[in-house]
Amino acid sequence: MENSTAEHAHASVKTYLVVAAVLGMITAVEVAIFYIDALQPVLVPLLLTLSAAKFTLVVGFFMHLKYDSKIFRGLFIGPLAVAILIILAMLALFGVFGGGGGAA
Amino acid sequence: MSETAAASAEMHHSSTGLPSRKLLMWAFIGSECMLFGSLIITYLVYRGRSIVGPYPDELLNIPFITVTTFVLLMSSLTMVLALAAVQRNDMRQGKLWLLMTALLGLVFLSGQVYEFTHFVHEGLGLTTNLFGASFFLLTGTHGAHVFVGVIWLMTLFVLAVSGKLTSENAETVEITGLYWHFVDVVWIVLFTIIYLLV
Repeated sequence: MENSTAEHAHASVKTYLVVAAVLGMITAVEVAIFYIDALQPVLVPLLLTLSAAKFTLVVGFFMHLKYDSKIFRGLFIGPLAVAILIILAMLALFGVFGGGGGAA
Repeated sequence: MSETAAASAEMHHSSTGLPSRKLLMWAFIGSECMLFGSLIITYLVYRGRSIVGPYPDELLNIPFITVTTFVLLMSSLTMVLALAAVQRNDMRQGKLWLLMTALLGLVFLSGQVYEFTHFVHEGLGLTTNLFGASFFLLTGTHGAHVFVGVIWLMTLFVLAVSGKLTSENAETVEITGLYWHFVDVVWIVLFTIIYLLV
């Protein structure tokens, strides 16, 4: 049976160090972008993309979801997807996207 | 209970073939996604709707919070190093990295206490305006999770020092790590939403 046990190989210590370095660099880039006026029009998508990259790195490598059972992946991604959809729906309902709404 | 029996209980597998405690932790983390999702949406909906100050752009200190964010990110690194050490039964390294993770968590919490105190001195309380209410609720809930994580890590450290934590209990450390990394990923999202998307 595929992934019948949790005894999967995890990343090496070297991989962990590389991931941590990348996380640090992305955080530095995020803050740098925040202070660059020319990037203000694309600030939101840029920061959300970088944040999603950090999120994926931690979940994939540090939480071992990249290597672990698909059942664990489903238990995490399912509720996460529901939460994101609810957030988007509520933002639309309250007109945060600028399309009116205004349930408040 | 003998050590063998204890190890057997430690590695109890569910009908899926997966360790039941790890399965439970992932289910718990899934439920936490919903909890933090509800708090994040509350913050986002109320963002920019405060009718009295102080406002976020008057208070938020980006350089300071970037440092505490970096500290929390590095605590995730020390957590996986602790797990790797315990898995290879290098308990000296395991203890060191567990203690380091807890200390980094404490540094993050200290930064949060400092930030909260500063905000209160600047006139922002829980009931001052919508920003205050949603900010303190969201970051306070996250801080409470970090606090629980620090207690959990210190407990593991004490167990390791007393010789009750060995490579046979690596799953316990892995489960603790899952919780700790989740707290970290939540902060990754909050850092962007609260501090950078002002």
